[in-house]
Amino acid sequence: MQENGKVTNLFLSGVGGQGTILASNILGEVFLKAGYDVKKSEVHGMAQRGGDVTTHFRFGKKVYSPLIKHGDVDFLISFELLEAARYINWVKPQGKVIINKQEILPPAVSLGQMRYPKDIEKTFKKYFKNHVWVVNGQEIARKLGNIQAANVVLVGAFSNFFSEFKEDQWTDAIKEFLAPKLHDLNIKAFYEGRRALKG
Amino acid sequence: MKKIMQGNEGIARGAWEAGATVGCAYPGTPSSEIMAELSKYKEIYTEWSPNEKVAVEVAHGASLAGGRAIACMKHVGLNVAADPFMTITYTGVKGGFVIVVADDPGQHSSQNEQDSRHWTRFGKVPMLEPADSEECKDFTKIAFDISERFDTPVLLRSETRVSHCDALVELGERKESTIQKGLDQKETPKYVMVPMYSRVRRIAVEERISKLAAYSDAEFPYNSMEINDPSIGFVSSGVSYLYTREVFPHYSFLKLGMVWPLPRDTIAEFFKRVKKVIVVEELDPFFETEIRAMGYKVWHGKDLIPAIGELSPSIVEQSLKKAVEGKNYKAPKVRIKPEDLPRRPPNLCAGCSHRPLFYALKKLGLYVFGDIGCYALAVAPPLSAMHASTCMAACVGGAYGAGKVLGKDGLGKICAVLGDSTFLHGGIGPLMDAVYNKGYSTTLILDNSITAMTGQQEHPGTGYTIQREPASMIDYEQLARAVGVKHVRKVDPYKVEESIEVIREEVNRDEASVIITVNSPCILLRRAKPLDKFKNPFYVVDTDTCRGCAVCLQINCPAISWQEGAGQTKDGHTRKGTGFINKDQCVGCEVCAQICKFEAIVPGAK
Repeated sequence: MQENGKVTNLFLSGVGGQGTILASNILGEVFLKAGYDVKKSEVHGMAQRGGDVTTHFRFGKKVYSPLIKHGDVDFLISFELLEAARYINWVKPQGKVIINKQEILPPAVSLGQMRYPKDIEKTFKKYFKNHVWVVNGQEIARKLGNIQAANVVLVGAFSNFFSEFKEDQWTDAIKEFLAPKLHDLNIKAFYEGRRALKG
Repeated sequence: MKKIMQGNEGIARGAWEAGATVGCAYPGTPSSEIMAELSKYKEIYTEWSPNEKVAVEVAHGASLAGGRAIACMKHVGLNVAADPFMTITYTGVKGGFVIVVADDPGQHSSQNEQDSRHWTRFGKVPMLEPADSEECKDFTKIAFDISERFDTPVLLRSETRVSHCDALVELGERKESTIQKGLDQKETPKYVMVPMYSRVRRIAVEERISKLAAYSDAEFPYNSMEINDPSIGFVSSGVSYLYTREVFPHYSFLKLGMVWPLPRDTIAEFFKRVKKVIVVEELDPFFETEIRAMGYKVWHGKDLIPAIGELSPSIVEQSLKKAVEGKNYKAPKVRIKPEDLPRRPPNLCAGCSHRPLFYALKKLGLYVFGDIGCYALAVAPPLSAMHASTCMAACVGGAYGAGKVLGKDGLGKICAVLGDSTFLHGGIGPLMDAVYNKGYSTTLILDNSITAMTGQQEHPGTGYTIQREPASMIDYEQLARAVGVKHVRKVDPYKVEESIEVIREEVNRDEASVIITVNSPCILLRRAKPLDKFKNPFYVVDTDTCRGCAVCLQINCPAISWQEGAGQTKDGHTRKGTGFINKDQCVGCEVCAQICKFEAIVPGAK
């Protein structure tokens, strides 16, 4: 059916505790308000404790499956380098990739049994050419005074792909999911992220 | 108005709109958010019950008094609640009674994989299966109506990809139930299940299921048929339907909203209208077996679709593309082999009180009967400090039973370890057994003052209700003494050496004992201010003294890693590398500093 063809697939990956769920909640609100059907799926519970976490996020006129088909990802937004590499095969050949330049060591690397994979950025650029954007979300957030805002920096970076949405649409959604005392910080984080990818 | 809601939130909304008055649950992934969400509606009494059996019994009592009631649990929770469930099917209900059971195909956060649809045939009660958040709400609402109309508890089956999927929901208003509240002593034969009455009810159960089958065919609005290309028709339900609809949109579909009893006439009509039928279902061949038993020819089902693990659009396509489209499935290009990458399993948080405790157990070389909770992560290397774990609170009886075989030879070698919430869920019975029948097991209750793994739910030991109102609080020492345990000790797990000594004494004792951890709230439980007790904000490795022995890595702290690089200490000991502490992750618990033999881990300066 035609309506299936119009669904856009976002895949968020990261490490438990990095705030991928908040980021996907913000995205959900923006696309809902813009009139799309939205489905997103993520795993909670034990898997969250420092393990790898993923969110399947889909929007379009009508979305059936909450899960994306392997190889059908239009946008990979990864909060961590290794977690980007883990899902590289999920991305369509013409897909777009946004990576947060952060390394969080998995146990095998911490223990000295394996090395953290090198050249992840290079590998992405080899396959996706100029469709790869690397953002230093943690550094940007650190400068703003709270490294936990790195997730919203990434949302800001990603927002550039949807020029049809006004900035208010994003910042309103951010306000909806955060306590008032965190609004200033996170709205700054959004704008910094938006600028980082534009520049 | 439309809102994005998680499936679990949809179920809660449905219960609220249906006029539910009581909700009970024990948390369990992926079901936990249902009761947490329901507790936000002031019209409904909600509670965290000590376990699922209690939740079902409380909700049943509420139903008998005329209230609409809902009890929620994960799949293994219904095993615990099976006893009341299998007889409530006889008594029936007064106010509508819905039991939500959330499966976890693929075992994202569970000890096993169960297909809860089997309960519905076993218990002879109806089951509904929603596919997304909107259906979660709608199906919950209609489940209450079905319950009252047919005098039956109704099962609502969810699963990880329904409960934890966010999708759009159209919000409605709350409508109070018309059932009169009150208890009626004249109804005794219906509610007292002694043989002379339950034999009568046994017949009513069979009559009811026949009526429900007719209802499913003629009235239930959520079995839907979609005839497109009739050469192939798919029979499916829940999220499996969504995957199949996504992958093969041109073909025909029978989506079953009611899993049991099956709509026989509707199925007959579908078989007339399509040429060949494929049954797509997650886990067991439930529909397939039933439909075959009705005498139909199922073209494909579990011969092609895996019965283990969860399905996905990719798996549906991979399994069926050849049969449906005559073309081979083409896997996406492999750019990096995922198996070459280091895995990232979950781990205990930095500063977690379980880490030093399990390190102590490992140092003692104990065989650890473990349990369900975050601390199950202690099984992972290099901590590797758990040797058996089955179901909620099974460790208490397990350790005691092992001692009955080993006798004196087992002294000093065995212990049981479980969390506070898990202990209250099912640990009191086996503890009584160990004392009464003269066992010598040592039960360690790791009190982190919350149900941690499922996302911080209250329980009878936290001192708060689900609404965060102050409540009575279990005193574990008093409780242990009341069941007859004479030796009850307390340890601060952050004092590693002291913990080792106390545990050593108790596991060597030829009598049942209990050790309770103190000063050990969950590191994520803000109200307990878990970080305040740490003297320093973080620790660092002093590279002048670190000899690179790597003992600090043995506790598997996410903040500590190995840094390769030949060198030597200030006093001339050569080394291949050093430990390294990431100060963004370190919370200053000091455990690594305590176990370092060379005093090379020191407080960091701000």
